[in-house]
Amino acid sequence: MPGGENDESYEQEHVHDVYEQIAEHFSSTRYKPWPTPHSFLLSLPPGSIGLDVGCGNGKYLSSNPSLFILASDRSANLAAIAASNYPRQEVSVADGLRLPYTDGRFDFAISVAVVHHFSTRERRVAAIESVLSCLREGGRGLVVVWALEQESSRRGWGEGDEQDVMVPWVTRKRKDRSRDQGRGSGEADVGEKETEKTFNRYYHLYRKGELEEEAVEAGGKVLESGYEKDNWWTIISR
Amino acid sequence: MKLLTLNFVSCARKACKSSTSSFPLHPRDAELELVEMEFNPQFLQNMLPKLEWEALQIICNELALPTLPSSTPAASDLFESGGEGSSPAQPTQVARDLHKLLLETTIREGLLVCSNCGHEYAIKEGIANFLLPPHLV
Repeated sequence: MPGGENDESYEQEHVHDVYEQIAEHFSSTRYKPWPTPHSFLLSLPPGSIGLDVGCGNGKYLSSNPSLFILASDRSANLAAIAASNYPRQEVSVADGLRLPYTDGRFDFAISVAVVHHFSTRERRVAAIESVLSCLREGGRGLVVVWALEQESSRRGWGEGDEQDVMVPWVTRKRKDRSRDQGRGSGEADVGEKETEKTFNRYYHLYRKGELEEEAVEAGGKVLESGYEKDNWWTIISR
Repeated sequence: MKLLTLNFVSCARKACKSSTSSFPLHPRDAELELVEMEFNPQFLQNMLPKLEWEALQIICNELALPTLPSSTPAASDLFESGGEGSSPAQPTQVARDLHKLLLETTIREGLLVCSNCGHEYAIKEGIANFLLPPHLV
């Protein structure tokens, strides 16, 4: 369980290994950018340089082509997908707690649906801290995490529920791949038991205010924050 | 990996971050490839003041690329000074050369070496891998 003797190997098994295996299917369902990161990127002047920490398949790398983005993901398979889709930007394989970037020089950073995969509060704060340390004075970082409060979603979690959860990802052994692509989320309830495989990913679901608390603990200033469709987001600076 | 990127990455080890010798990382056995990118002189103009020029000179020297000017070009070096007045400023050869160097020159295969700890990061098919082995974390 999270908080145990070796958080890193816990995340290796319950986060990294899962994404490595589901990369292709995951990517095929993640093509539409969310409005908050998309408009954050569009607000930046041409020639700005920034980071996308935990870029997944790189769906934010084309939001604003006048930016230069150094994107990274812990999964080599997802990084390869992002790199081949968006050659204009840079994609590397890196760990969110050991980022290979020079300190204090980046105009912006985004980390979307990433920090909630770290299994202890200490590690989540450290992940925000490592993004913050890359920002220049006046640079802004956007962090988006899954909310505990998502009563309207089919998952139905809400206030008072357990915050550390395993969320299943169901892939099917596809005979007809084209029919499966772009069919929405792979989280959940699909039939045809004999052809499907379930992977469980660890998530920490954020309650209201918790993301801002962690950002401040990481030494950041909270400039703005809000809620958008099952997620909490915050814009921070050093 | 683009050469522009090399101007912004350092060793991933916490212990190296505070040392000035962890930046820039040094290419070794690099196989370069030119990849065409859309030319945007405005982008270059805004990027120039963010560059560590000396680090870029070191990298060019190590990769046996043409020698760079001794200091960061000024914004005025990127556009022809048109006496005509109203016509849009044309980019100079300096701007085109910088575009080619920073955005189109990539390391396809090779290593990046930290001169503080000696660790080598591999670049394969253009993608650098900065994950550290457990004993270096």
